[in-house]
Amino acid sequence: MSGQTGVQTEESYEAVIGLEVHVELSTQSKMFCGCRNEFGAQPNTLVCPVCLGMPGTLPVVNRRAVEFLCKTGLALGCTVAARSKFDRKNYFYPDMPKNYQISQYDMPLTTGGAVQLPSGRLVRLNRIHLEEDTGKNIHAGASMAASDHTLIDYNRAGVPLMEIVTEPDLSTPEQAEEYLGQLKIVLSYLGVSDVKMHEGSLRCDANVSIRLTGETRLGTKAEVKNMNSFRSVVRALHFEIERQQAAVRNGERIVQETRNWDETRGVTYSTRSKEQAHDYRYFPDPDLVPLTIEPSTIERWRLEMPELPLAKRARFVRDLGLSDYEAGILTEERSTADFFEAVAAAAKEPKQAANWMLGDVRRCLEKHSLTLASSPMKPQQLADLILSVTSGKVSGKVAKEICEVVVAEGADPLAVIEQRGLAQVTDAGAIKQIVADVLARNGDSVASYKSGKVKALEFLVGQVMKASRGKANIEIVRAMLLEQLG
Amino acid sequence: MKTGHEIADAIASKRLSALEAAEAALANAQSLEGELHAYIRLTPERARAQARAIDARLKQGERLGPLAGVPVAVKDIFCVSGEITTAGSKILENFRAPYSATVVRKLDEAGAVIIGKTNMDEFAMGSSCENSAFFKTRNPWDTTRVPGGSSGGSASTVGAGTVPIGLGTDTGGSIREPAAFCNIVGVKPTYGRVSRYGMIAFASSLDQAGPMTADVRDAAQTLAVIAGHDPMDSTSVDVPVDDYVSALRSDLRGTRVGIVTEFEEQIGRSDPALAALYKAAYADLQRLGAQLVDVALPHARYGLATYYLIAPAECSSNLARYDGARYGLRVEGDGDVYSMFERTRAAGFGDEVKRRIILGTYALSAGYYDAYYVRAQKIRTLIKRDFDEAFARCDVIACPAVSCPAFELGAKTQDPVAMYLMDYFTIPMSLAGVPALSVPAGYVSGLPVGLQIVAPAFEESRMLGVAHAYEQATRHAWAQTPRVAQRAGSAS
Repeated sequence: MSGQTGVQTEESYEAVIGLEVHVELSTQSKMFCGCRNEFGAQPNTLVCPVCLGMPGTLPVVNRRAVEFLCKTGLALGCTVAARSKFDRKNYFYPDMPKNYQISQYDMPLTTGGAVQLPSGRLVRLNRIHLEEDTGKNIHAGASMAASDHTLIDYNRAGVPLMEIVTEPDLSTPEQAEEYLGQLKIVLSYLGVSDVKMHEGSLRCDANVSIRLTGETRLGTKAEVKNMNSFRSVVRALHFEIERQQAAVRNGERIVQETRNWDETRGVTYSTRSKEQAHDYRYFPDPDLVPLTIEPSTIERWRLEMPELPLAKRARFVRDLGLSDYEAGILTEERSTADFFEAVAAAAKEPKQAANWMLGDVRRCLEKHSLTLASSPMKPQQLADLILSVTSGKVSGKVAKEICEVVVAEGADPLAVIEQRGLAQVTDAGAIKQIVADVLARNGDSVASYKSGKVKALEFLVGQVMKASRGKANIEIVRAMLLEQLG
Repeated sequence: MKTGHEIADAIASKRLSALEAAEAALANAQSLEGELHAYIRLTPERARAQARAIDARLKQGERLGPLAGVPVAVKDIFCVSGEITTAGSKILENFRAPYSATVVRKLDEAGAVIIGKTNMDEFAMGSSCENSAFFKTRNPWDTTRVPGGSSGGSASTVGAGTVPIGLGTDTGGSIREPAAFCNIVGVKPTYGRVSRYGMIAFASSLDQAGPMTADVRDAAQTLAVIAGHDPMDSTSVDVPVDDYVSALRSDLRGTRVGIVTEFEEQIGRSDPALAALYKAAYADLQRLGAQLVDVALPHARYGLATYYLIAPAECSSNLARYDGARYGLRVEGDGDVYSMFERTRAAGFGDEVKRRIILGTYALSAGYYDAYYVRAQKIRTLIKRDFDEAFARCDVIACPAVSCPAFELGAKTQDPVAMYLMDYFTIPMSLAGVPALSVPAGYVSGLPVGLQIVAPAFEESRMLGVAHAYEQATRHAWAQTPRVAQRAGSAS
């Protein structure tokens, strides 16, 4: 897996990577005001005096955002601070209405915790803190250079944002991608964020440095920003690690700086050196009182937490008899896992439910460009289909055909079997009649079977099935033919 | 007719209509404006509409709020929906507020009729009202003198008798000092007692809105209207609001009044005549039955230094939003947004505001933060503790509100530190967050001064009760008439 593809050169440098992931929380309203928190609305329609930073306005903490963050922290094994506070991060930027951002400096809501990568590495977390998002600058004109003015959309200003900061525990771009994937699964399980990187609800900055393998001290880092997809994270980190290695090999010194990833050119470029770094003049926000969280509240949140993906995966293997591979895929999304569990419970056949979901259901969904969420199929319908196979009502072959209408149209499989007369014939009398007809019409085959050509039996089975339009129970047919042929 | 409760009674008993009261106040304001320059803007249309609505509801026999029909003036630091709100600054000269401050909404609901927005030191930074970007307000007792600041416009217009009630804000003395200079009552409530929502911020951890009124009863009534928890202000405290009017007293039996040793030494050195006046005031309290006890505020002497780190630090951040991007003044830059920010701020802010932004930015900078801001916060805690210890020995503290009467315009404008010293006796209470008021205490060379009464947090009832007994026994405010009011022949 990815853990083995470490970027190591002949001089044997290793990369050290730490990630800062910004996640927009999917609360109903913004962090410090009552405006709706929503993506994609007309510019500047989701704004009020508070999130526009009008004179005299004051922030009020969205308790739900605090809860979402703390639940994320609890899911990742972090310690929730009984007491934390908000600070102001001061710098001038036109998309920030107050020219300071309310964030958390030295008393974040959670500290510690870790994310276990399936490939083996444990990525420790430093902290998770809560802050407000900024607005968005839209440079008018064909390009940034040709633009003569900038429009600002403040819909995003004040959206609750949590920043998840790792320790420098990653050493390859692939591990970084794996970490983001794991994080995404947990966040979507908790239902605290849409985690859509292309819509900006999950954004990632990386601190990257290199050092000689075996060295324990950290090298000088560069902060890489503006990576807008998992793929660009991998590409940007590869580029940056190679750039630093080439620089060191050329005898250059790495300077501490901020570098932006340019997706089209496939390079990172320097935007700010350490000397130009902002002095953010953090200080406690006097408009907000310190945040205290009672132990009983933390306990309640803990009880409200859904079963997390890794626990669910283990349970599917342990209790439902699934392979780790099957359990892994079925637990990637909470909705898939929930659907699977509903089917497994209704059909009382977890293994069959898994086979269907990873086989025919998936195939039918792909064929009709659907997802489990967009398909009209209900868990009960899939369970009914599975039950009709296990009970012998329909053959496996017929069931595969029914599956398609169930997935595409949400059809009730039992009604389809009824309407189309697809129920398997198990009535010995009816089958006996067909067998007699087939034997009568195929004297040649009967003769060749009797002369020792065993293959003729399969031909006769096929003829009976054909005559029954696939509905005859194949086991009964075979047994009856053998009996008749003596 | 002078006080708000007298006007409210006259309106309630239909001897006067709200519209008549509003028209009289507007006319009086206009006739004095050439001398006092108290208002940045009068709001006659809004006032008349509100007054007519009150009269109509009275006619219907509706029971209205306690300030129904009473003309009031609000400092131009409070947002009033649809009205220009400048905070005394060029940078907000054209800013029309899209919403109303909570206290303005509460005044409206109580039936008060806002007749105008009063002048102030820019962003409430100043002690003389001379830092207004627009013009200098004058003291109704002597128009060559300042009304005090920063709530100078409200003090001047209430002092002149134009309106009985004004709204001010106090960060380090901005209600109490001008109240003392203009011979009115000025209350700085406990920090968190009154909502700050819609009040343009100077120093968030210190700013409080409060009444500036003709007498203590009006102050009690107005405070009862504007106080209370506001879900829009996280720093407003959810403590029940007492019935301040019922708490007004006529004697002080059983009350221990603390006299601050350090303050008495200070005033004795700086102004013996004024020191003698305050000694007489303490004797009046004693005659009313109070027991005088000596208390110490050993860290109060560091108040000024502490204040001038914390307040500028907060203001440097609070005022960052005035950049020309969204509202207010904009001076175009040369092609990039940062030069626009720089030019807008250079043109929009006055010298004192710039001085404090620079001070505060410095105090919060990396490498200086611990030495200045953090240290100042520690001293603030010590000052708070001083008050806790003092209030273990007394019920209220009585002390000077000011170290001199109103000074001549221009007397201190060249010396910022001399100006800052004006708040020597008022800043410690702001840092401690405790309530304090100034009540008229007599005259020095014909100029009024105020006595400061301080109480523990949320003990406004006790504070107002003591002030009322003192006011009613001495009646200093009614002993003389301000000169502009004599000439205008109006008001009383």
